[in-house]
Amino acid sequence: MKAQTFDVKSVFKLGGLGGFTLLYLSLVGLVSNFVTRDVISKTMSLSFAFVIITTFLFGYLTARRTSRRNWFYAVGGGVMSGAIGIACLIILVLLTAPLNLQAVFVNASPALIKVLTFGKEPFTAGLLPLTGWAVVSSLTGAMVYMLPPNIRRAVIAGVVAVIAIGTLAQLLSDVVENIFALLGNKRASGALLKIFFAKKGLSVSGAAIIFVLTILVSAFSAWRKQIVAAKEQSGAAQTQTPKEIKIAVWIVSLLVILLLPNIFGSYLSEIVVTVAIYTLMGFGLNIVVGFAGLLDLGYVAFFAIGAYTMALLTSNQMGQTTELVNTGLSFWAALPISIGVAVLWGIILGVPVLRMRGDYLAIVTLGFGEIIRVLALSNFLQPKIGGAQGILGIAKPVVFGYELVSSQQLYYLVVAAALLAAYVSWRMRDSRAGRSWMAMREDEDVAEAMGINLIKTKLLAFATGAAFSGFAGAIFAAKLGSIYPASFNLLVSINVLSLIIVGGIGSLPGVVIGAVALVGLPELLREFSEFRMLIFGALLVGMMLFKPEGFWPAAAQKRELHEFESEEVEAHPASEAA
Amino acid sequence: MRLNLKNLSIVDSLLWLIRVVVIVLVLWGSIAGLTSGRVDGEGWGQFFVRCTTSTDVGTIQCMGKYSAETWRDFFIFGLAQGGIYALIALGYTLVYGVLFMINFAHGEVFMSGAFTAYFVAASFSDSGFMDQNPVLALGVVMLVSMVTSTIVAVLLERIAYRPLRRAPRLVPLITAIGASYFLQYTFRGLYGSGKKVYPDVAILTGKWMVFGIPILKTQVVVFVAAVILMVGLYYFVQKTKTGKAMRAVAEDKDVAMLMGIDVDRVIVITFATGAAMAGAAGVLYGLLFKQVDFIMGFIPGIKAFTAAVLGGIGNIPGAMVGGLFLGIFESVGPSLFLEGLGVPAAYQLKDVIAFTMLVLVLIFRPSGIMGQNLSDKKA
Amino acid sequence: MTILSAKHVTKRFGGLVAVNDVSVEIAEQSIFSVIGPNGAGKTTFFNCITGFYTPEEGDIIFRGEHIRGIPADHITRQGISRTYQNIRLFANMTAIENILVGQEPQLKSHWLGAIFNTPGTRREEEYAHKEARRMLRFVSLRGMGDHLAKNLPYGAQRRLEIARALASRPKLLLLDEPTAGMNPNETAEMTDFIKMIRDELGITILLIEHDMRVVMGISDWITVLDYGAKIAEGNPEEIRRNPRVIEAYLGTGAAGLAKPA
Repeated sequence: MKAQTFDVKSVFKLGGLGGFTLLYLSLVGLVSNFVTRDVISKTMSLSFAFVIITTFLFGYLTARRTSRRNWFYAVGGGVMSGAIGIACLIILVLLTAPLNLQAVFVNASPALIKVLTFGKEPFTAGLLPLTGWAVVSSLTGAMVYMLPPNIRRAVIAGVVAVIAIGTLAQLLSDVVENIFALLGNKRASGALLKIFFAKKGLSVSGAAIIFVLTILVSAFSAWRKQIVAAKEQSGAAQTQTPKEIKIAVWIVSLLVILLLPNIFGSYLSEIVVTVAIYTLMGFGLNIVVGFAGLLDLGYVAFFAIGAYTMALLTSNQMGQTTELVNTGLSFWAALPISIGVAVLWGIILGVPVLRMRGDYLAIVTLGFGEIIRVLALSNFLQPKIGGAQGILGIAKPVVFGYELVSSQQLYYLVVAAALLAAYVSWRMRDSRAGRSWMAMREDEDVAEAMGINLIKTKLLAFATGAAFSGFAGAIFAAKLGSIYPASFNLLVSINVLSLIIVGGIGSLPGVVIGAVALVGLPELLREFSEFRMLIFGALLVGMMLFKPEGFWPAAAQKRELHEFESEEVEAHPASEAA
Repeated sequence: MRLNLKNLSIVDSLLWLIRVVVIVLVLWGSIAGLTSGRVDGEGWGQFFVRCTTSTDVGTIQCMGKYSAETWRDFFIFGLAQGGIYALIALGYTLVYGVLFMINFAHGEVFMSGAFTAYFVAASFSDSGFMDQNPVLALGVVMLVSMVTSTIVAVLLERIAYRPLRRAPRLVPLITAIGASYFLQYTFRGLYGSGKKVYPDVAILTGKWMVFGIPILKTQVVVFVAAVILMVGLYYFVQKTKTGKAMRAVAEDKDVAMLMGIDVDRVIVITFATGAAMAGAAGVLYGLLFKQVDFIMGFIPGIKAFTAAVLGGIGNIPGAMVGGLFLGIFESVGPSLFLEGLGVPAAYQLKDVIAFTMLVLVLIFRPSGIMGQNLSDKKA
Repeated sequence: MTILSAKHVTKRFGGLVAVNDVSVEIAEQSIFSVIGPNGAGKTTFFNCITGFYTPEEGDIIFRGEHIRGIPADHITRQGISRTYQNIRLFANMTAIENILVGQEPQLKSHWLGAIFNTPGTRREEEYAHKEARRMLRFVSLRGMGDHLAKNLPYGAQRRLEIARALASRPKLLLLDEPTAGMNPNETAEMTDFIKMIRDELGITILLIEHDMRVVMGISDWITVLDYGAKIAEGNPEEIRRNPRVIEAYLGTGAAGLAKPA
């Protein structure tokens, strides 16, 4: 068979693709902007990690195409594709100065050359190690592919763990320190930290330990899965989690939630508050998009309405930017009004689009969002809502005489709000209203033919979504103390949409996962802010192509088997049906 | 269209109310704006007689705050920008006609061409080539722009849209939104986030007399180029074999496939054609508005989509008419009726006019003012 | 007793007259079939009855109430329920959820009740679930309740669609080609099942069907549509012999008609 020959064409194709990816990462700036973030201290920065990961990946992919279970082919393919890929990058490095590429490509900068050539002088001296690293990593990729599947998975998990932990090293070491401080054992933390973390990034020993540990854990869990699968096959009864353990898990998670601000410190708490605000919005949009299937791109409008209502009602400096006077309401008095106004607008904007479906609905709601943003910015409404200067002096929430000012205090308010939204979402999903939403999402005509009132059902979805969003807006305004129209642009809607898609459309835990991944992580990696939308865009496309159900898909509810046993006891005659 | 008597009473009366309010606002604003030139103490009759009998065209008092020349300039500028909207709108309409999807990233296709071509234009300008041989130089700039846009659109179709052709309708739309941001920030990464100023072209400075009216040369060139491109495209779709294949695919993909048409190829050509138009529009945009940057595609993209819907999405002449109409409406509107309504700094709300029109058209007449060219069975 | 009467119903799409001056009287607890060649306007006629379309002319009276032009959801609440020619289940919902949605006209609980988990709502939900499980058994889908509708086998999907329609406790059930795409065995089962619905639940059935064996076997009364107009009506024996019907069917279903079922 012809298949036994070495597939040179694939090698060139994948090598070229790898080269293109490397050029893209370099020119877009991902390579040159993460120099200061060390994954492994003094050994590898995140910048260079991008190069290594890419060559590793393409080595792996090439081996998959060319190996034919032959180590020789795999290694040959991996090395060749790595060499081709890195050749593209070397050409870029060599041409940058003579062609003055930086005049067009801002990131074809000396900084990039420095990263790629390890700061050697002259830079050509760095090309050899660059090639060496690339070839070695693509070779490693190819060899990893040749490992047995279980071990392969474990090794990949190890690599991912090292890079993930290394990237977040600073943060994790702070968290560990806080935990030990909470337990009152400072010395142990110092010793522990020293093993794993260097000044920047992981220490070499830490990286090695994490790598080995991950491999062991992953191998162990694979082994356990096999045993469980074997047990199930032999017909053993399913093991149910005992009630005591469930309760313990609840108590521990409650404790963690309560203590989180202390574990995280003020910087991290700030981020958690932002994540929770987005989670709150996410629960709302999840109802509109995930449950009811109405793609709303103007969701930020209700966030803005909630925030502005809160601001107008509680600001003590109304005269500064607007003509209105202070009403002097407290946060708690203004909160229901803010939510109410958002709901009202949810219905007002919902009515005209009742007849609309799918993509037209998306565009119209986008139009609504933009209209509101432009109006908020304009001189036209400036006397009322402050125009570009926004509104200052918004009241902070007061609880039992304590003013919630810092993020560590506001945390409890926001998390309570998000939990409330989660609870409401959960109750409604499993109720008549939730089923009507989903039926409408699946097939509007049939839903109506089943007796569902589409007008009520749609408006309920819009109103609930707007309520959560308005709630989030009100808290957002109170948290910042001042608001500006610039905070309410389309990107907010897109962010929320992205997070529910990444988490899993219609999935409640997915909202939290999505918010942590898409709002939390970029905040942690400050250098990422520039690339945030780039990555979101790529994520949206990638999710739709490869994982449209999201990372935590909404599970089908078990309703029949759940209650079968009790049914058996009651033993209703089946003929009584209907 | 379905008609429900019971629903009619609630929802439809509200919708009618919105229609009436919008029309009243526009009319009232226009009249108030136009008659704001009435002199204090002058009666309506006197005002009317004075305006209709006056031979002085430039008389301020009859045209609101602005002179007749100003209104004319607004109108001509509207035509030029409308030409650009129309060119971009063609891309939306072509793709929608064939795939029934809104290519949300089309605005970024437009941006990619304009942004890339800037560097060519700037280097020509620096080397003096632009002024020595302006026609050739602009031709090359436009070619670069069209080629870049085409490459981006073809890659977009191949990577992001083709695998999802049979997916539920919202999936490609979400993909397109993602692609839109991906492209925006890719080009921001490549070329930087700053605004780039298109170079001046010496022969395009100043005015020409067209039918005795002085018009800025850039506006003339932009409008004429847009018209030529649109006529060319219309000819391409109507007369060439490829164009016919395109229309066949728009009509029914499965039947077209049975007829031996390579549907994938036709779809790629459709994307490429739309993108080439957008690329050309990009250079014209650079000439007219002077500035380009990585987010320049969003607003014109939405407006061009509005234009496409106005003309009946899927309808090629409709997109052209819709584009010109929106361009003019947006250029004249703020001064005409927003100022008449007493809105300060009305020009700030020019985008609101476009968005409002988008919303109103989609709500009240989704098949567009010129009707739909294609069967709406899938829409 | 007449449960539904349509009088001179006409529905146009632009120049095309899809249903042309059709009148029928459907007797209570009968099985009433509408047959006709492809494109004769049968499904459009269904859509007029269920409120998906509003006929331009004519009147439809269901149990003494005029229902022409009333929204589809209201008509369902009055006791008309349907299935579709090309199965239209809520694909990404489980079988039992499909049935629960079908119960919509029976349910009264408010969404606030759901949020606060009031005893009333809880009782209603428990009852609804119990009913749904019973319905599931009625259509022999026991144990499949937690499968997503799209993952069920074809025959099960057909039955689930009927279960969903029955869940609203209709007085009149409209079945649009319930045996389409079935083999002879499945068809026979479905025929028995339709009879059982009528006999055990006392529901009137309005049936569109292409399979003449089914139609002739179970119908009490048959109406024949061609080009939107009614060309014949009568009991199966009369229809079998009607020359206009044979003419309309020639070349399409004449063979099935000529042979006695």
